[in-house]
Amino acid sequence: MGSLIHLKVNGQSQSHEVEPRLLLAYYLREVLNLTGTHIGCDTSNCGACVVLVNGKAVKSCTMLAVQADGLEITTIEGLANDNELHPIQEGFKEQHGLQCGFCTPGMIMTAAQLLARNPDPTEDQIREALDGNYCRCTGYHNIVKAIQYASEKVKKEVFHD
Amino acid sequence: MIPSKFDYERANTIDEAIKYLVEYGDEAKLLAGGHSLLPAMKLRLNNPVKLVDINRIPELKYIKEEDDTICIGAATTHYEIESSELIKGKISMLSQIAGSIGDVQVRNMGTIGGSLAHADPAADWPAGMLATDAVLVLKGPDGLRTINAHDFFLGLYTTSLAENEIITEIRIPIPHGNTGTAYTKCMQPASRFALVGCAAIISKNNGLCDNVKLAFTGVSANAFRDAAVEEALTGHAPDVDNITIAAEKAALDADVLSDHFASEDYRRHLAKVYAKRALMEAADNL
Repeated sequence: MGSLIHLKVNGQSQSHEVEPRLLLAYYLREVLNLTGTHIGCDTSNCGACVVLVNGKAVKSCTMLAVQADGLEITTIEGLANDNELHPIQEGFKEQHGLQCGFCTPGMIMTAAQLLARNPDPTEDQIREALDGNYCRCTGYHNIVKAIQYASEKVKKEVFHD
Repeated sequence: MIPSKFDYERANTIDEAIKYLVEYGDEAKLLAGGHSLLPAMKLRLNNPVKLVDINRIPELKYIKEEDDTICIGAATTHYEIESSELIKGKISMLSQIAGSIGDVQVRNMGTIGGSLAHADPAADWPAGMLATDAVLVLKGPDGLRTINAHDFFLGLYTTSLAENEIITEIRIPIPHGNTGTAYTKCMQPASRFALVGCAAIISKNNGLCDNVKLAFTGVSANAFRDAAVEEALTGHAPDVDNITIAAEKAALDADVLSDHFASEDYRRHLAKVYAKRALMEAADNL
């Protein structure tokens, strides 16, 4: 038996009948075709699937789509403003914060929450915030620099938590 | 990974959740933050037929001070506890425990009540509940009852919560007088669960410890208070020599877990090391 859910994804209203066991990550990828949200470990460890749920960073492989009913989701696709990259995206580009890019959407969504909660984080705070996001290419160094770049750029500008 | 099929209901009140539990019996499971239950369901270790979502019940989400007690609604998230100024000011160990759980995304979703009901042997909260002499408020079809944390944890993933009951509140007495608290943890590097977690509370009077409470998680099938350590330090000054002597008694009588991350001998060793660190830090916080 399906459950009817209504939610907002990247500002757009969505309504679908879904199986209760459908995970949010699969709903985003397979129902909405928003494949920027990646599925890595599928066990809430790696962080490739992180999206914002009402502003909070959540591993979407560990949340049911029905739990998102009535809530607002932001995925990596919803971050850029038309053709203008979000400052965090720009930071990853400018500081070479990725190699293969698989972890990048989750890294960026986690960084978005970090900067919303703490616009001017120290390097240690950035590294701690990335505790739940694995990168197997970069050694994290340029990811930290990318987030520092974004923090510099948007200091004092408010992200909504 | 996909869980097996289930029906989903969202409860809007505690009583509505209990009504579902009574109606569906052991086929039902409560879903709060889902960060213990959903991974278990994805691995098909747990296959409820009916999932009752209690995560939007407003009467389960709060942190307040009442009669010298911190009261936390059971569906309050680890992040809400970690970032609560009230808790930081009154019992800083609770902020430490909350902030050491999983990662930032897990703390955004996981709830204190969910963690306690799940009773993972390596979960962080049980040690904090035992060390603080917390009381849990449970509600079932016959109404409310309270239970001491000491009587709540029965064993591996086993508690005295009845199948038609729900945890509604956690009550933590605010320590009096000159008291320091601390939580230290040796974490499994991938899961960040505790190989050994140690919660310590020291109260000092006239330069001597007049009350010492020390609880472990991760060491045994369920969290426990370590009376031998507590007794060894009580009546003595909380200095490094006395703390070292007391910490040597850690987990001596415990039935200690062993797995491929940490053997029994290694866990016993860690228990002593982390008891010492927790006691030293609690003494520093006096």
